[in-house]
Amino acid sequence: MELPLDYTTLRLIWWGLLGVLLIGFALTDGFDMGVGALLPFVAKKDEERRMVINTIGATWEGNQVWFIVGGAAIFAAWPQVYAVSFSGFYLAMFLVLSALILRPVSFKYRSKRPEARWRSMWDWGLFIGSFVPALVFGVAVGNVLLGAPFRLTSDLRSFYEGSLLGLFSPFTLICGLLSVSMLVLHGAAWLSIKGEEGPVLKRARAIGTAAGAASLVLFAIGGAMVAFGDMGFRITGVVDTAGASNPLRTAVEAAPGAWMDNYGRYPWMLIAPVLGFAGAAVGLLGMWRKSAALAFGGSSASAVGIISTVGLSMFPFILPSSIDAQSSLTVWNASSSHTTLFIMLIVVAVFLPFVLLYTSWVYKVLWGRSTMDALKTNPDLY
Amino acid sequence: MIDLAVVDLSRLQFALTALYHFLFVPLTLGLSFMLVIMESIYVMTRRPIWRTITRFWGTIFGINFVLGVATGLTMEFQFGMNWSYYSHYVGDIFGAPLAIEGLMAFFLEATFVGLMFFGWDKLKPHAHLFVTFMVALGTNLSALWILVANGWMQNPVGAAFNPDTMRMEITDFMAVIFNPVAQAKFVHTVSAGYVCAAVVVLGISAFYLLKGKHKGFAKRSMTVAAAFGLLSSLSVVVLGDESGYALTDNQKMKLAALEAMWRTEEAPAGLTLFGLPNLEDRHTHFEVKVPYVLGLISTRSIDKPVEGILELVAVAEDRIERGVVAYDALEKVKADPTDMAARGQFETVRNDLGYGLLLKRYVEDPRAATPDQIKLAAWSTVPNVPLMFWVFRFMAGIGFLMIGLFGAAFVLCTLRKHETKWFLRLAVLAIPLPWIAIEAGWLLAEVGRQPWAVEGVLPTFLGASSLTVAHLWTTIICFTLLYGALAVVEVGLILRAVKKGPFAEQEAREEDARTEGEPAVA
Repeated sequence: MELPLDYTTLRLIWWGLLGVLLIGFALTDGFDMGVGALLPFVAKKDEERRMVINTIGATWEGNQVWFIVGGAAIFAAWPQVYAVSFSGFYLAMFLVLSALILRPVSFKYRSKRPEARWRSMWDWGLFIGSFVPALVFGVAVGNVLLGAPFRLTSDLRSFYEGSLLGLFSPFTLICGLLSVSMLVLHGAAWLSIKGEEGPVLKRARAIGTAAGAASLVLFAIGGAMVAFGDMGFRITGVVDTAGASNPLRTAVEAAPGAWMDNYGRYPWMLIAPVLGFAGAAVGLLGMWRKSAALAFGGSSASAVGIISTVGLSMFPFILPSSIDAQSSLTVWNASSSHTTLFIMLIVVAVFLPFVLLYTSWVYKVLWGRSTMDALKTNPDLY
Repeated sequence: MIDLAVVDLSRLQFALTALYHFLFVPLTLGLSFMLVIMESIYVMTRRPIWRTITRFWGTIFGINFVLGVATGLTMEFQFGMNWSYYSHYVGDIFGAPLAIEGLMAFFLEATFVGLMFFGWDKLKPHAHLFVTFMVALGTNLSALWILVANGWMQNPVGAAFNPDTMRMEITDFMAVIFNPVAQAKFVHTVSAGYVCAAVVVLGISAFYLLKGKHKGFAKRSMTVAAAFGLLSSLSVVVLGDESGYALTDNQKMKLAALEAMWRTEEAPAGLTLFGLPNLEDRHTHFEVKVPYVLGLISTRSIDKPVEGILELVAVAEDRIERGVVAYDALEKVKADPTDMAARGQFETVRNDLGYGLLLKRYVEDPRAATPDQIKLAAWSTVPNVPLMFWVFRFMAGIGFLMIGLFGAAFVLCTLRKHETKWFLRLAVLAIPLPWIAIEAGWLLAEVGRQPWAVEGVLPTFLGASSLTVAHLWTTIICFTLLYGALAVVEVGLILRAVKKGPFAEQEAREEDARTEGEPAVA
C-alpha cells in the first residue's frame, strides 16, 4: 500500500508529537505536581490543605493520562527508545513509579478518615508523589543530554552499564532542580487561579516567586553547561532519513558543544530558549502583581520553551549513547515502521481533538475557586 | 548467554503485578456499568433512594478505581523496564493498541471520573448520567485495547519479521484489531468483570439484609445485581467456550495442556472431567471423560480429531529444524545486508525463526545445536500441564457455580423473597469466588502461552531486559511491600464504607444542619 506521507515526514511529525505529549503532560499534570509539592509548605491547617487539594482533586486523574499516553506513544512510535531508556534507567523508573502510585491513593484515601496522623501521612504521600517524579524526570532529561551508558548488540539487544547513583551529577541535578522549580512555579500559578485568596495564596506566591527566580538561574546555568561543557553528539556519515530503523547503521561521534549546532543552522530555533526565559520572567511578574492570568500564562510558556529547547538542541538525536556512540538513537533510526507511524498519526488526529474538547468541557463545568466554605457543605470533596 | 534467573524473576514480578492489578480492574469494569443502570433508574424515576444507591456503590467504585489506576501505571511501563528486548522486538505492533488505549479510552474514563464524583451538584441528572456512562464506556474500551494487545501475543496475526530492523513489523493492522482471539478474550474478560461486580453488590446487600439494616436499599441493589449477574454469568461461560474454539486454530498446545491430553483424541473427542496428569510418564491417570464434548467445544463438530501433546511436540521439532535454517539465513543477512541469496532463503522459512530461537536457551548459536538439544527445545513448548489442568477446572467450575448463584438470586428476587436466610449466607460467602476464577483465568491464558512471549515468534526468556538479579529483588520486594500495604488500606476503607452504610452521608448532613441551626446548603 502506498502511504500518502513519506517515512521521513512521518518521523519528523512523530518527533514533534513526542514533544506535544511531553508538553501536554508538563502543562496539565505539571501543575498537579507543582501543587502537590507545595502542599505541606503553603497549607498548614487541615481545611487549608483540603482547599489546596481540591483545586486539583477533580481533574488530576485526566491530566495524568498525558504521562501514560506519552509512555505508550514512545512505545508505539519509538520502540527502541522505550526499550533502552526504561530498562536502562531501571531503578530511577521504579522510584518514579512508586512515587506516582502513591499519588492517586493519597488523593482518594486522605479524607476518608478524620485522624490527623492518617491525613498527614497521605499529605506526605502527595508530596512525594509530586516532588520525586518532578525531580527524577529532570535528572533523566539531563542524562539524555549527556548520553546514556548503553550499547546495542547486532541483535539490537541493549546492555546498560550505569548505576542509579551514576545518574546524579552536578549537571543532571541542575536539570532536576530546574524541572522542580518550573513545575512549582506552574503549580503556584494554578493555585492563584483556583485557590481561595488568603494566607495560603500569600505563601504560594512567595514560594512561586522563588521558584520563578530559580528557574531563570538554573536554566541559564544549565544552558551554559550544555554550550561549553563536555557534551553533544554529531552524525558523521550520510544519513538516510527514510532508511530502516537500525541504529547500528548510522555513524555517530561524540562532539563537545554539538548541541549548539542547530541554533547556528536554524536561528529560528532560538525562540525556544527565549520563551523559556521570557515565560519564567512573565510568571514572576504575575506572582508579584497578583495576576493569575499572567502567572499561569508565563509559567506555561516557560515550560513549553524549556522542553522545546531540549528537543531542538538534540535534534535529530533522541537518546545518544555515552559509551558507544554508534548505538545512539535518532529520529532517523529508532522509529516504528512507516505503516505504524502512519496508522498512529491517524489515530492521534482523530482522538486528540476529542480529548481536548471534552477536557475543556470538564474544566468549564468545574470552573471556580476551591474554597474552605465549600468543604463544609459539599461532602463529595476530598 | 541469557541470565535465566533474571528471566524467572522478571516473570515473577510481571505475574505478581499483573495479578494484583487484575484484582481491581474486573470490579471497575462491572461496577461502572452497574452504576449506569442504577443511575438510569434514578433519572427515570427521580426517586431519591436510587440516587443514594448510585452514590453508595459509587463510593465503593472510587476506592477500588484508584488502585486499578495506580497499579496500571506499573503495567504500562514494565514492558520497557523488564522486557526491553520484547519491547524492541514487537513494539511496532504491540505498542499501537496500548497507545490507542490511552488516547481513546483512558483519557475518557480518567477525565470524566473526577466529574462523576464532584459533579453531582454541578450537573443536571441527565448530564451526570452521561458522565457516568462515559466512565463506563472508557473503562470497557480500555479492556478492549489491552486485550487486542494481549490477543496478539496469543495469536500474532498481521505482522512479519524484518531482517533489516531485527524485529516484527506490522503488515495488516486490521488483522491485528479484528484478531478472533482478541475478540473472544475481550467479551469473555469483560463479562467476568461484570460477574465480579454483581457478586460484590449481591454479597454486600445480602450482608445488610442478614443484619436487618438498610432493607430498602439492599433489596433494590440485590435485584439489579441478580439480573445483571445472571446475564453476565451466562455470557462468561458461553464466551469462554468461544475462547476454547479460538484456541484450536492457533494454540493447540494450550488446549492439549489444559486437557492434559497427551495423545491425539480421535473424533469425536471426549472432555476430561477429572484426572491426575503425571509429567513423569506423560500420562493422565484416573481419567473420567464425557464423550463428544471436547470435539463439540473445540472443533464445532463430531468428526474432527483434537491433537495431543506428543503429536504437537513432534510438529515443534520439525519447526525448530527449519528455524535453525532461518536463523542461519538471518545471520548471513546481518553480516551482509546485500546478500540476496540469504534473504531469499530467509523468506522461505521466516515463520519458523521463533522456533529456532527456542534453542538459545540451551546453546549460544542455534546452528550448533545437537539433536538432543533440539528434542529438549521441542519439549519446552509444553506448558506446565498439571497447573493448566487444575486452574482450568477451578475457573470453569466457579463459572458454573456463578450461574447457579445468580439463577437462584433471580428467582428469589422475582418472587420477592429477598430475605431467604440460607441464600443470603451463601451470597456473602460467594464474594471471593469471582476473583479466584479471574486470577485462574489469567494464569490459564498466560502460563498456557509459555514458553512464548509471543506465540511461535519470541520465546519469553529472550524478551527480558539485561538487568541483574539484585535489580529484580529490589523491585520485587519494594512492590510487594507497597502493594501489600495499599491492599490492607483499600480493604479497610471498603469495609469502613460498608459499615457506615449508604445513609451515612445524609445523616452527617442532617447532623450538621442541626448543630449549626441553619440549612447545610447555603
